[in-house]
Amino acid sequence: MKPVLEVEKLTKRFGGITAVDDVSFSVQEGEILGIIGPNGCGKSTLFNCILGQLQPSAGHVHVDGRNVTGSSPEALNALGVSRTFQLLQVFAQLSVHENLILAGQEHQGTMLRRLIGRRDAGLADAAAQMVRFFNLQHLADERAGALSFGQQKLLDCAMAFMSGPRLVLLDEPAGGVNLTMLKHLHGRLRAINEERRSTFVVIEHNMDFVMSLCSRVIVLAEGRKLAEGTPAQIRADQKVIAAYLGH
Amino acid sequence: MTPRARLIGIAAAACLVAILLFLPLGLNTYGLFILSMWAVMSIAAMGLNLTLGYAGQVSLAQGAFVGIGAYTAALLTINGYSLALAFAAAALLCFAVGWLLGYPALRVQHHYLAFVTLAFSTLAYLVFRNEEWLTKGIYGISGVPRPAALGIDLAKPLPFYYFCLAILAVVVVAVWWLVKSPWGRAFVAIRENPLRARSLGVNTSRYTLLAFAIGSGLGGIAGALYAPLVEFVDPSPFTLLLSLNLLMMVIVGGSGYFAGPLLGAIIAVLLPEWLRAIQSYYLILYALLVMAILMWSPTGILGIADAWLERRRSIARSRALAEKTPTLASGEDA
Amino acid sequence: MLNLVISGLATGSIYALVAVGFTLLWQTSQTINFAQGEFVMLPAFVVLAAMHAGLPFPMAILVGLVACVFVLGILFQRVLVAPMLKHGVLPLAVATMALSILMRESVKEFYSAEAQPFPSLLPDATVDVLGIAVSLQSVGVLVASVIAVTALQVFINRTSIGAQMQATAQNPTVARILGVPVERMILITFVINAVLVVLASLLVTPIYLAKFSSGEILGMAAFIAAIVGGFNQVRGAIAGGLLLGVVDNFAAAYLSAQYRTAVPLFILIAVILFRPQGLFGRSEERAV
Repeated sequence: MKPVLEVEKLTKRFGGITAVDDVSFSVQEGEILGIIGPNGCGKSTLFNCILGQLQPSAGHVHVDGRNVTGSSPEALNALGVSRTFQLLQVFAQLSVHENLILAGQEHQGTMLRRLIGRRDAGLADAAAQMVRFFNLQHLADERAGALSFGQQKLLDCAMAFMSGPRLVLLDEPAGGVNLTMLKHLHGRLRAINEERRSTFVVIEHNMDFVMSLCSRVIVLAEGRKLAEGTPAQIRADQKVIAAYLGH
Repeated sequence: MTPRARLIGIAAAACLVAILLFLPLGLNTYGLFILSMWAVMSIAAMGLNLTLGYAGQVSLAQGAFVGIGAYTAALLTINGYSLALAFAAAALLCFAVGWLLGYPALRVQHHYLAFVTLAFSTLAYLVFRNEEWLTKGIYGISGVPRPAALGIDLAKPLPFYYFCLAILAVVVVAVWWLVKSPWGRAFVAIRENPLRARSLGVNTSRYTLLAFAIGSGLGGIAGALYAPLVEFVDPSPFTLLLSLNLLMMVIVGGSGYFAGPLLGAIIAVLLPEWLRAIQSYYLILYALLVMAILMWSPTGILGIADAWLERRRSIARSRALAEKTPTLASGEDA
Repeated sequence: MLNLVISGLATGSIYALVAVGFTLLWQTSQTINFAQGEFVMLPAFVVLAAMHAGLPFPMAILVGLVACVFVLGILFQRVLVAPMLKHGVLPLAVATMALSILMRESVKEFYSAEAQPFPSLLPDATVDVLGIAVSLQSVGVLVASVIAVTALQVFINRTSIGAQMQATAQNPTVARILGVPVERMILITFVINAVLVVLASLLVTPIYLAKFSSGEILGMAAFIAAIVGGFNQVRGAIAGGLLLGVVDNFAAAYLSAQYRTAVPLFILIAVILFRPQGLFGRSEERAV
């Protein structure tokens, strides 16, 4: 079976600094892949190169076997690649409900249909279901900017799923979220993964979160792939322990 | 929108409609002219609000589009074409020019669009003034007719005023439809966070061009209404000053609020006329008032109302929360 | 030919003065001053009013300078700019539009709607430059502008206040952490702008007369000069101003009067399309 995402010898240089160095990996359908590593190891740069927000210096990115290296974010989204953001990036002036509809509307019908057709692009039910799923229903009509940090993080995740994506890249979903919210998020991601067979790639600092969520983990250090394996294998890997302890 | 805000909005709209329908019955020709002009400027300002307030693109060319619309309508109707055709031609021409003018806006960042449109605005004025074979130069095109629409004679001021009002109503409904549609949502997304919008599949270039072109098209419609209203079109009203004035209307009324431009146009068109009582000082007072409003509330008049409603809501919310939270006296566990 | 260049440079140097002030305001406080042209128009009328009240010309200039530095520098910054700064570029820009109306209309109402002659600092004579007779006015304007701009450059690049101003322009947050009194630096920029417009006013008014509406053309020219030169560069504004002045003069001599004013606009559009950071600017790093 073709992998959903295949990253091949990806390299990104900024001037003399190589932020991502010859990284290759692939993700199979339904898998949850974790990418971990110390600060500044190139995780975010790797994400941005995959998602078309940065042009890679070398290497290729394939989605479902199609070469998408350097494609624009909207083109990738049209292919079913969705993402969440490390920092809060919801639309503060729109309501929670509107944020969710926005997140799915470009996948519904033609441009003209979006102008003269239904105001909610036929997504009202899907959005209502999504707010219930993430337990945000009491906030559906609230401006997104009025939500707490953790609630905005949940909304950010919910938005990523509105278009029914094949592949979701989550950028530090647990960062700055309190423990209760974290458990909730963990459960929801697991549920979506099982129900829809969505494929996830998760960048995370929170080891427990990654190790319990992911089926496979890649460790980056100084832009290079240091190790790859199941959470148990990674936990036991001497090179990883050394990198994290800084020796 | 909260029920309360919606209620206030509906009540205000009903009052406005009632005033607009019955006020003119007691007005003289000049009063009707000014009210009609308010409708014209409201349409142009609503177009700019779409571009600026919703999609976040600063345009200093809206006045030029009103000019293009006015000349198009004047030239067509004077040559015997129908008013409906004149409106369609003015809107389409401005839409097309706006679309083309939007391209540089995609290449360059934020305030540079303001500069491009500023240059365009001044160039358009020079064309109006200098291309005498088409525009009759500084002498202007006089005797622009007021053709009948739907069999109703519009020559008299009162019927023409109601005609302006009807066009304004159509524009209001159309713009309302637009901003509440997925397109409107995409415009706001581009204004707030283009990067995030793109990651959700929003084609920001296409939507930006559309917002700009539709806004410009509304400028054209305003112009097409201006020509038969004034019955004379010359270059002098369509300088950069008109664009700046329209910008002022949008910002003072409340940029990004649906009714902002209508309010802004009241202040820019009607207020100076009321202030005429104090003779020639009215522009001075008008300028002072605009500065005072902006210093008080940089988000415009509707920004004040919005902040007030928001404050009331948050008070109500925290009160509701306080009621739900058990106190020590009640002895329950949180 | 040379004559055209020199008188063009003279006009351009006035544009440059105004454009430099414009750029400074943008750099330190993101103020787009749509009233900049009126700022040049006003000082001439203050001087005229002072003379009307019986003061001799040099005294009137001094009064004009002090009054304008206070009103156009300190009051403008304190009353209008400072409270609105945190609300973004646009409301403030629109407020300055209203200010320009206020200034124009006030002069028209309270002084005169007619163009007023203005005494010149220099006699109306010609001097010999490389065998060509050039008006002393032009040379005087050019010399005065060069001195002013050089003095400004020395101030910005050689003094500690200048260094602090640059720090403020580049990154106010960091500058504040480093202990630069950012608010005072912004105020100083506004005072400098006021001095520049007073100087421009004294130089330009003897040539074009004092009229309430004269600010429109000058403000526009300075605006275009600032953008063409690179909106964020003092050096660029100077070059842009000079370029515009020369182009203006040549357009007046060789092109039909009708589209004369279009030439600077075409330059503007070309620059924005092909070199959006301006001829001499660096691309903007700061998110606005």
